[in-house]
Amino acid sequence: MPDISDSLQPSTAGRSLPGSALRDRGLLGRAALEALRKLNPHSLIRNPVIFTTEAVSALVTALAIEAAATGGAWGFPAAIAVWLWLTVLFATFAEAVAEGRGRARAESLRRARTETVAKRLLRPDDRSLWQPRPAAALRPGELVLVEAGDLIPSDGEVVEGVASVNEAAVTGESAPVIRESGGDRSAVTGGTLVVSDWLVVRITAAPGSTFLDRMIALVEGAARQKTPNEIALDILLAGMTIIFLIAVVTLVGLASWNGQPPSVTVLAALLITLIPTTIGGLLSAIGIAGMDRLLRVNILATSGRAVEAAGDVDVLLLDKTGTITLGNRQAAGFHPAPGIAERALAEAAALASLGDETPEGRSILAFARAQHGIAAPALPPGARIVPFSAETRLSGLDLPDARYRKGAVDAVARATGAATPPALAQAVERIARAGATPLAVAKDGAMLGAIALKDIVKPGIRERFAALRRMGIRTVMVTGDNRLTAAAIAAEAGVDDVLAEATPEEKLRHIRAAQAEGRLVAMAGDGTNDAPALAQADVGLAMQTGTQAAREAGNMVDLDSDPTKLIEVVEIGKQLLITRGALTTFSIANDVAKYFAILPAIFAASYPELQALNLMRLTSPESAILAAVIFNALIIVALVPLALRGVRYRPEGAAALLRRNLLLYGLGGILAPFLGIKLIDLALHLLGIV
Amino acid sequence: MTLLGWAQIALVLAAVLAGAVPLGRHIARVAEGRRTILHPLLGPIERGLYAMAGIDPGKGQGWQAYTLAMLGFNAAGFALLYALLRLQGVLPLNPQGVPGMAPALAFNTAISFVTNTNWQAYSGEVAASHLSQMAGLTVQNFVSAATGMALALALTRAFATGRATQLGNFWADLVRMTLYVLLPLSVVLGLAFVALGMPQTLAGAVTAETLEGGRQSIPLGPVAFQIAIKHLGTNGGGFFGVNALHPFEGPDAIATALQIWAQTVIPFALCLSFGALVGNRRQGRVLLAVMLGFVLLATGAIYAAETAGNPLHLALGLDPAQGNMEGKDLRFGQALVALFTATTTGVSCGAVNAMFDSLTPLGGLVPLFLIQLGEVLPGGVGSGLYGMLVFVLLAVFVAGLMVGRTPEFLGKKVQAREVKLAMLAALVLPATILGFTALSMVLPAALASLANQGPHGLTEMLYAYTSATGNNGSAFGGLTADTPWLDVTLGLAMLLGRFAYAVPVMAMAGALAAKPKLPEGAGTLPTHTPLFAGLLAGVILILGGLQFLPSLALGPIAEHVVLLAGKTY
Repeated sequence: MPDISDSLQPSTAGRSLPGSALRDRGLLGRAALEALRKLNPHSLIRNPVIFTTEAVSALVTALAIEAAATGGAWGFPAAIAVWLWLTVLFATFAEAVAEGRGRARAESLRRARTETVAKRLLRPDDRSLWQPRPAAALRPGELVLVEAGDLIPSDGEVVEGVASVNEAAVTGESAPVIRESGGDRSAVTGGTLVVSDWLVVRITAAPGSTFLDRMIALVEGAARQKTPNEIALDILLAGMTIIFLIAVVTLVGLASWNGQPPSVTVLAALLITLIPTTIGGLLSAIGIAGMDRLLRVNILATSGRAVEAAGDVDVLLLDKTGTITLGNRQAAGFHPAPGIAERALAEAAALASLGDETPEGRSILAFARAQHGIAAPALPPGARIVPFSAETRLSGLDLPDARYRKGAVDAVARATGAATPPALAQAVERIARAGATPLAVAKDGAMLGAIALKDIVKPGIRERFAALRRMGIRTVMVTGDNRLTAAAIAAEAGVDDVLAEATPEEKLRHIRAAQAEGRLVAMAGDGTNDAPALAQADVGLAMQTGTQAAREAGNMVDLDSDPTKLIEVVEIGKQLLITRGALTTFSIANDVAKYFAILPAIFAASYPELQALNLMRLTSPESAILAAVIFNALIIVALVPLALRGVRYRPEGAAALLRRNLLLYGLGGILAPFLGIKLIDLALHLLGIV
Repeated sequence: MTLLGWAQIALVLAAVLAGAVPLGRHIARVAEGRRTILHPLLGPIERGLYAMAGIDPGKGQGWQAYTLAMLGFNAAGFALLYALLRLQGVLPLNPQGVPGMAPALAFNTAISFVTNTNWQAYSGEVAASHLSQMAGLTVQNFVSAATGMALALALTRAFATGRATQLGNFWADLVRMTLYVLLPLSVVLGLAFVALGMPQTLAGAVTAETLEGGRQSIPLGPVAFQIAIKHLGTNGGGFFGVNALHPFEGPDAIATALQIWAQTVIPFALCLSFGALVGNRRQGRVLLAVMLGFVLLATGAIYAAETAGNPLHLALGLDPAQGNMEGKDLRFGQALVALFTATTTGVSCGAVNAMFDSLTPLGGLVPLFLIQLGEVLPGGVGSGLYGMLVFVLLAVFVAGLMVGRTPEFLGKKVQAREVKLAMLAALVLPATILGFTALSMVLPAALASLANQGPHGLTEMLYAYTSATGNNGSAFGGLTADTPWLDVTLGLAMLLGRFAYAVPVMAMAGALAAKPKLPEGAGTLPTHTPLFAGLLAGVILILGGLQFLPSLALGPIAEHVVLLAGKTY
């Protein structure tokens, strides 16, 4: 089993990785090679702006060669040609760098997909009778036996057995997880390792379409398709390219009225600087980097469309348990009945909880120790533990001289026949109204008091919800609790709405209702009964630990199984869209300055007086045109880190975002090239090139 | 520039805004088929028209049916007008004995009036009979304007509700806009013009003895009411060849101010109607504010350029206080000429009260650029609003991504299909204007029409195709327009500028109407703020204007810098 956990380790430091991607020399070298391969016009035609640039580069190159062959002035056309080719190359390089990271990860995943030989069962009821069969030949529906030390050959559903499985190959998490038949932990993933015991697995994936296969394809970008938004942007850019092509070509006719029309080289330079090469060159890199950012927080999106939809989400459906509150309820208070000391109640509660292995039960022991210094009591001889069960809803301890019971108030009352004093009944009522769960503690036939079990809201979650609200996103807490309890926790966590006593149907109905109002809904889920809701939601984040059905229904899988990350998904989606918009705005705004550089230069022969428009006081017509072309090429490289990292995103309202980004990328886009072109012109002049 | 001049400009614009507010509300009411105070009088006529034509005004049309009805109606209008112009010599109401028009000129003229352009390759008083003017040209003045308003209303309805399949009924919109908006305003305005001294008669020319003892024939005709709709419908086709410079067409400054009011009030009012119909009045006001801002800037630019005068003339000792008065009339003054020029080109009207050919280079650049920007500032009746909405969608799409959501406008998502159709429409202007101009600048047959050398000559040709494509109709002058090449290509330019633009816009309306209307929230791009107004203005200049900069650099800008250098052609 190859160790690939490094590349898959969920790491918070991973956020700053694009910078390191650029510092990685090996990656850059491979990207440079890949960039050259991408010059193939056949593949470049998917990008109309850069394809046009390449065609024009070829034209200018031909002109330079012709000039050199016929003894004409070839230096200027050659310089323009070089920089036009570099423009194309920088664009393909940006895409190659973005793809590079994913490719490296795909390599390590591929190593996990080693050829294994499966033990295919011949009869479903006989584990001893199996025949070896290559994993790649397994069909859906076949049963295989996997024993300790075996790799699970393909994706499947556990039909028999319980085993601990190391899923590091897929999730990067090396602690083994339990897989068992039935329930929500029955899905297993091909390529993961059974560490103990055995499983009988029914294969569910056809060869070549396992989770690991799909993951590799996604990470590599092989399955990458343009997202709706990208397509729309492509149309805009293609349209602008056509418009500027018209403007430049017709210039030949217009300029011939009074003197010679500008040379083809000059017109080519004008065209390339005007068409939106900056965003055209970076568009696909931005998309790939967005998917990659998700992957870095260990979320696998099955399509770019889902990432984009995440940015549009209006409503987040969040499960209470594990997302808003820490996994489980915890003991938070003892309420003794009249005449009972609190310490006596705590001691009794601790004894009665010895048989409760649930986190709630353990929290009672911990709380008793913390509050009253009660150590876990040693079991006296003759003691009998009554374990907690979902049917009895209580646990207890039978000592020779006393019987302790702890559990749901009605269950304890029924089991012990103890009457609940009115004061205690009031305390129970109070606890419930505050959103906590009351448990009763009884010794023999008498009620000693109540324990309040409380949901602990995750620290910091309230602030995140407030940030979401500023972004215009409503949060809805989903819980099976009764309305009273749910409302109390909702108020503490600061969610906008509550869906209490929620059944799967209820959830589905809620999603449909929100969508009917035109809202986009995101939710996280893991269980089989979450599957319909996950499929219905616009963004469905399934947990890796969840069932196969849930993983199939969602359009994203969280390998860390942390539903809170739904919030990060939304932020990454928004960041992707903002980055695209910002660079588009920047690219288009750049045109203003380029006109002031090139227009006086190209008409210098016909109308020398147009130098009045040469606001930047560029040295000569040639240097002005060359400087504009060089700026146009270099700005792509300069923006690659931004494209890969994404524009800095702050959770705030649309109005504030628009104001800041418009100022930065709109106004900045108008001003930056004035400075850049002037500096390049100065450098060209100082170096004596023109 | 003088304070008094700016006060005049402010006064006229204030009157326009004061008129646009109630008119906008009125148009919205009419568009929704609700009753207005005009209904007791005009309601029976409306119902009679529907009954005669067998139209159910309540029956909605999808975008295709609506567009086909519009195209069919305009094709029929073209055929009728063409026949009328060709046959006018043998038809009645022809006291001057005007002969029928030649095929190319009749084609050009018919297209021109059907497309609301009113490019006049003919001189009205000598080439068109009273019947042609009244039953042909004036009828088209009404219905081409109503067509534009109908299209704008159809697009407006696409934003008003979610998941709609119908955009209204073209025939009902056409009848209602004509009957309840254009006709009543024209009657009132026409009477005002008669009071101000414009002729309104079916008589022919009168002959006058001049002081030198010569004889002069002064043409008369049904002028006043044609001029009313000429401005209200942003048509611009004058009764007389020299348009509003003619004393019978522009008798005095009051009449000029009234004409400026008439040609701008409906385009501005439609913004407010839009706001009312989509249930977001602030949105309507933002569109109006952007348009008004450009009108003010353009007026200021022309006013400044013209009052600064021609440096070559000033060097000869001309009184600098007058500024450049060539081609202008003292009865209007620089301020009203500047406002008239800015609005007539801003609204695609095309009436003129000064000769553009004689403006200073920068003064002439402004009207040219205003048309090139797409006739959206504020644009022709209806066409200005739908053209502006195309820009709004592009602005929303480009910058809207920067708030981190799929861009939406008034709850409608702007996606690939809308962007494609908007770009298709946006392509029409540069392709037609620059394509035909470039072709003409190398074709000897076209160049023969040019009177001037140097950059001014280029500006003249560029202006002709710009005016035709923008459906403006104003002429720069200096161009012999009635040649087969120009008649036909300018006719095509008008056709493309109107219908090659309107059809994708209508397809866009269909696509937008079908989308759900999303609720607004804190995460939605705010489109009714001053910030968005600034963004929209930037997008209009950059996406709508940059492609024309090279042509402007070679035309008016070159002329200006060359003039400063003391060179003439």
